[in-house]
Amino acid sequence: METYNIVIVGVGGQGTLLTSRILGNLALTKDYDVKLSEVHGMAQRGGSVITFVRFGDSVAEPIIEAGQADLLIAFERLEAVRYIHLLKPDGLLIMNDERIDPMPVVIGAAEYPEDKIAALDDSARVVRIAARREARELGNLRVFNTIVLGAASLIMPFAVEEWEQVISETVPAKTVDINLVAFAKGRTFRKDQ
Amino acid sequence: MSDKKQVRKLLLGNEAFARGAYEAGVTVASAYPGTPSTEIPEALAQYKGELYCEWAPNEKVAMEVAIGASMSGARALATMKHVGLNVAADPLFTAAYIGVNGGLVLVVADDPGMYSSQNEQDTRMMARAAHVPVLEPADSQEAKDYVIKAYEISEEYDTPVIVRSTTRLSHSQGLVNIGERITPPAKTYEKNIAKNVMVPANAQKRHPFVVAREERLTADASAMADLNRIELRDRSIGIITSGIPYQYVREACPDASVLKLGLVNPLPRRLIEEFAAEVDELYVFEELEPLMEEQVRAWGIACKGKELFPLVGEYSANLLRKVLYNETVEARTVPEIPGRPPVLCPGCPHRSVFSVMKKLKLHAAGDIGCYTLGASPPLGVIETTVCMGASIGTLHGMEKAHGKDYIKNWVAVIGDSTFLHSGINSLMNMVYNGGTGTVVIMDNSITAMTGHQHNPATGKTLQGDPAPTVSLKKLCEAVGVRHVTEMYAFDLKDLEALLKQEVARDEVSVIITQSPCALLKENPPIRNQYKVDAEICRACGLCLKPGCPALTKDANGKTKINDTLCNGCGLCFRTCPFGAIKMVDSVIDQI
Repeated sequence: METYNIVIVGVGGQGTLLTSRILGNLALTKDYDVKLSEVHGMAQRGGSVITFVRFGDSVAEPIIEAGQADLLIAFERLEAVRYIHLLKPDGLLIMNDERIDPMPVVIGAAEYPEDKIAALDDSARVVRIAARREARELGNLRVFNTIVLGAASLIMPFAVEEWEQVISETVPAKTVDINLVAFAKGRTFRKDQ
Repeated sequence: MSDKKQVRKLLLGNEAFARGAYEAGVTVASAYPGTPSTEIPEALAQYKGELYCEWAPNEKVAMEVAIGASMSGARALATMKHVGLNVAADPLFTAAYIGVNGGLVLVVADDPGMYSSQNEQDTRMMARAAHVPVLEPADSQEAKDYVIKAYEISEEYDTPVIVRSTTRLSHSQGLVNIGERITPPAKTYEKNIAKNVMVPANAQKRHPFVVAREERLTADASAMADLNRIELRDRSIGIITSGIPYQYVREACPDASVLKLGLVNPLPRRLIEEFAAEVDELYVFEELEPLMEEQVRAWGIACKGKELFPLVGEYSANLLRKVLYNETVEARTVPEIPGRPPVLCPGCPHRSVFSVMKKLKLHAAGDIGCYTLGASPPLGVIETTVCMGASIGTLHGMEKAHGKDYIKNWVAVIGDSTFLHSGINSLMNMVYNGGTGTVVIMDNSITAMTGHQHNPATGKTLQGDPAPTVSLKKLCEAVGVRHVTEMYAFDLKDLEALLKQEVARDEVSVIITQSPCALLKENPPIRNQYKVDAEICRACGLCLKPGCPALTKDANGKTKINDTLCNGCGLCFRTCPFGAIKMVDSVIDQI
């Protein structure tokens, strides 16, 4: 299989690392070659974070460069814009429709660019999910990224059972049930939405 | 072929380095944390019972511990980030003369692109200066294999060996074949003063050995097929490369001929000459310094390198596509948008201390740690940052340049781990040489920036054993500081009064602000829940000044607390002069 490229972006603390590890373990179930690239250290302190997941018959570089992502998963709207150049021309953006103000906006030095976020729809296929709200309804705010993964699963070459297996093995033991509910919730979003 | 099914695991480069050390039979490892190297000793810690590993207070100590273990016959490891090697350089340069008994390996992680570092120095240059061989793996599998190989080279050639990593390798995961731990050839300590005591008379005899060793390794390197290999394909383009850049070459130039080097110092001359003769156009593709390129040119071999590829930052496959084939990958452009720099976490005790310093219009000589973020808006209190432990020395230098009145509105700011790393030396200097500076040790009970590593003041070791704790207060008193005060980091009023008093004092003083890192899971700080009473809030914005990410303004300019981000430190509660922020509930456990 030709290498499949997934970029996950968000704000430090939003769980991009765990999400990339779920995707990596998923690819392993099919005996693919897998590479993940992560961000540790300074950037995790509420900064912009990005992780890469690549799998296929043979994967060389661990990063995903401009114009090469099949799928861009953004846990925050502004971060979707920041990394939109990584998406292939026909790639898909799945976006958690949440706003987290970066410090320049908090202190009034910059505006949160809602217009540039809205303009994403003009140039890319975008699926927006109010995952935070959905997670609140499920009673656990932290599972919002599993809801996003559920939506992403609709376009990826893995069976539901494979996803459920890997999620169960990767998330903390006491959160397995709520994560599986969240994953099922995510799968109710139509991919052409 | 073995009948046993090969176990393959997805390992972080750093976990693979640790696995390699484990399989190579290492029994002693010492390290100081530093991104991107921190996970190596953390991954080694799991083999408790089979090997010993520790956090040292700094890299020099870690290196010396490894040297001692090697002298006594054990296979030993020291790990650090690139700038940590500067701290360890003194023992390294002489260990290169002494050589080894048990194998001695350093894993050093560089940071091209400076994701978490203050400079972009190239460890290969340090190694060349020290005359120490360097291996450079290109993926997690090689990270493991090369560490094992490094021990073989170390013992065969009687030399310390550096395995060089970069952020992309250390923090990428790839598949690794898991092997068994070996028991290396048994070695015992032998008294050998001529080899192990580097006084001039002995060192003068060892230096020629170092020169001869490097010549021998250079001659042998061309035949080290498990490290250096030629991949001949289309011969119009030939690329010499190593490490992660090799992966970019594979992506962008699958048809080009490649000389993939695993041993990057010293370089295999005969192999390079052979490869150069096979290809029409020779390129050297290496991140940071032109170490390989300069050597290749020095041998009279024409090549292209830094005139095409930058000296700064990370490389990429797209860079190669552009430079070699003039290809541009089709991609969208990113409009101009606000940045999202890292910030102090909600609930961080550093924010509280900085907010008081800012109110008093103090300037701070800074250091390396999370608190370096005190340089960023809206705080902007930290005005200098050089390297680990530099804050106290730089403040002292300012005083000696301009006199004690010049620093009456200055403080030095340093964390608990950084203070123990090397700040203590500078404090001794300040006292000894009649300085009058005010030093603020921000004690958050952990080495926080690198992800919560223990240190001599936290009461626990790397492998989880209880340990004696250094008393920072007593330590400062012991070096002669007469005015040392411990204070709760969120005690705004008393802290303000204390800072005013101590900066005015014509004598060295130390203020130790205390409160654990807000992210600490063990012994978390008290976390209460707060709410803004919109009736009372006057939208003055005072609580927003310290720049807590959990606070925003609503449509009327009144403060709103994001309850999922808030860690309940109460800084806003204490800052509000109108009592508009109320304590709602005391929360013991947040899911």
